[in-house]
Amino acid sequence: MSANAQMATKYKNSFLKEVEEQVEMGEWVKMCMQCGVCSGSCPTNFHPGWEHPPQEIFMMIRAGKREEVLTSPSMWMCTSCYNCIVRCPRKLPITHIMHGLANYAHRLGVAPKMQPTRHFAKLFWNNCVHTGRVNELKLSMGLYFKDGFSQGIKNGMAMKDVALGLLKAKRLNPFELFGGHKCKDQNGIHAMLKKARELEEKRKALKAAA
Amino acid sequence: MAKKEYAFYPGCSSQKGASASNYLTSVNAMCKTLDVKITEIPDWNCCSASIGYAEGGELPRHVLNARNFALAEKHLPGQDIVATCAACWLGARESKERLEHSSVLLQDTQEALKEAGLNIKAIPEVRHMVEVLIEDLGWDALSAPVKNPLQGLKFAGYVGCQTNRPFGITGENFENPMYLDKLIETVGGEAVPYDQKVTCCGGALAFSEPDKAQAQIKDIVESAYDHGAEMIVTPCPLCQANVEIYQGQINKKYGTKFHIPVLYYSQLMTVAYGGSAKEAGLDGQVIKAPKLEAIAGKK
Repeated sequence: MSANAQMATKYKNSFLKEVEEQVEMGEWVKMCMQCGVCSGSCPTNFHPGWEHPPQEIFMMIRAGKREEVLTSPSMWMCTSCYNCIVRCPRKLPITHIMHGLANYAHRLGVAPKMQPTRHFAKLFWNNCVHTGRVNELKLSMGLYFKDGFSQGIKNGMAMKDVALGLLKAKRLNPFELFGGHKCKDQNGIHAMLKKARELEEKRKALKAAA
Repeated sequence: MAKKEYAFYPGCSSQKGASASNYLTSVNAMCKTLDVKITEIPDWNCCSASIGYAEGGELPRHVLNARNFALAEKHLPGQDIVATCAACWLGARESKERLEHSSVLLQDTQEALKEAGLNIKAIPEVRHMVEVLIEDLGWDALSAPVKNPLQGLKFAGYVGCQTNRPFGITGENFENPMYLDKLIETVGGEAVPYDQKVTCCGGALAFSEPDKAQAQIKDIVESAYDHGAEMIVTPCPLCQANVEIYQGQINKKYGTKFHIPVLYYSQLMTVAYGGSAKEAGLDGQVIKAPKLEAIAGKK
């Protein structure tokens, strides 16, 4: 049984309970009073592709719409501007709940597959934990070549002027491709993150088993 | 001995050859003038920024910040951590708050840190450089070294998101923070009022969903122009890069003719304090700032 099916079975009577126990800051969802200030404050509100604003997501969680919520691209629209957090009259940590839902859907493998921010987020994390520091050049290259080699060249050409500008200003170093900045204790960082992931998964499994 | 000492967390974008390397250049010059000693936290690591949530999750994200706390405590005891990057500051401060709030998270964090031979005793304060300037040094100390006031120059102070929300600078308003305008005025410039001061630049979506982010950037730049600004100033490395480097692409897409320099507050201060264009990192502008270069000391 997949991780997603296991969780769906375990919490079959309450998606709200699942979110409260398994999603970062999920215990706040029930506090939402549906005023909609978060939705009106979100900078991505007026762009296409924004399926459900946060207040709708909160109500959908309470209504048990598990699949619609977890497979929605909505949470991936978050730019982490924190406007919703500071304006929420009930002080819900909305940004963190959106991040938490996105992370949960991603870990269960049900988040939209080709969602560009999902792809970029994974790329960013792997990039920064690899050496302990972000390698901006490898990060950009990884992003351009997401849809294969020829598309990657096209994407790179489209970004040529931006890259040249940065290169001339010495804010892009071509030699980063062959190494670049790094932490000394990379082994320690890898071991510590492995442990952290294990501990987090153990805590979540304990809650699901209770 | 320096007037003030801090454990410095420069962040990935400030490294040599990285996208905000000119920020660090100007911060070094500014701190030298103000007699502020910043010592890099030895072997500091990335905070995983605001986009770290998706793959990283909760505990691993806090553990990354906790490693920096532990290193600062160990090597630079008693010093506050100061970050120049908005996302580094926000991420680290968030982790400090969560770890101090939850004994379970702290316990797990300590266990993970053990793998890297580290542990936390008391998490140092996590400050943004702007807080150090305003709270620890104060406005009088910031205006005293001004040699070349930026007279007659009009700036749009672009505060953006992450030095403003959710924590912000103490005493400021989320909707209309005034500290950046006041910093501009302190070095002799004029801060124009405009309506996109705290609009989001799109953050990481500038990479993953450029059309969405560039629509937001367009609003910001347009408003700065409409209100008579000659340059934009910001305290955040991602705001700086996003608002500066995509102006060409926005021009192509929308038929605009944007070409406005985007600077850091520390560059304005360095120039006003008599520093050279090089010391202020003005050679790092993708869109050059000739009006500021003209005031900068020749060295």
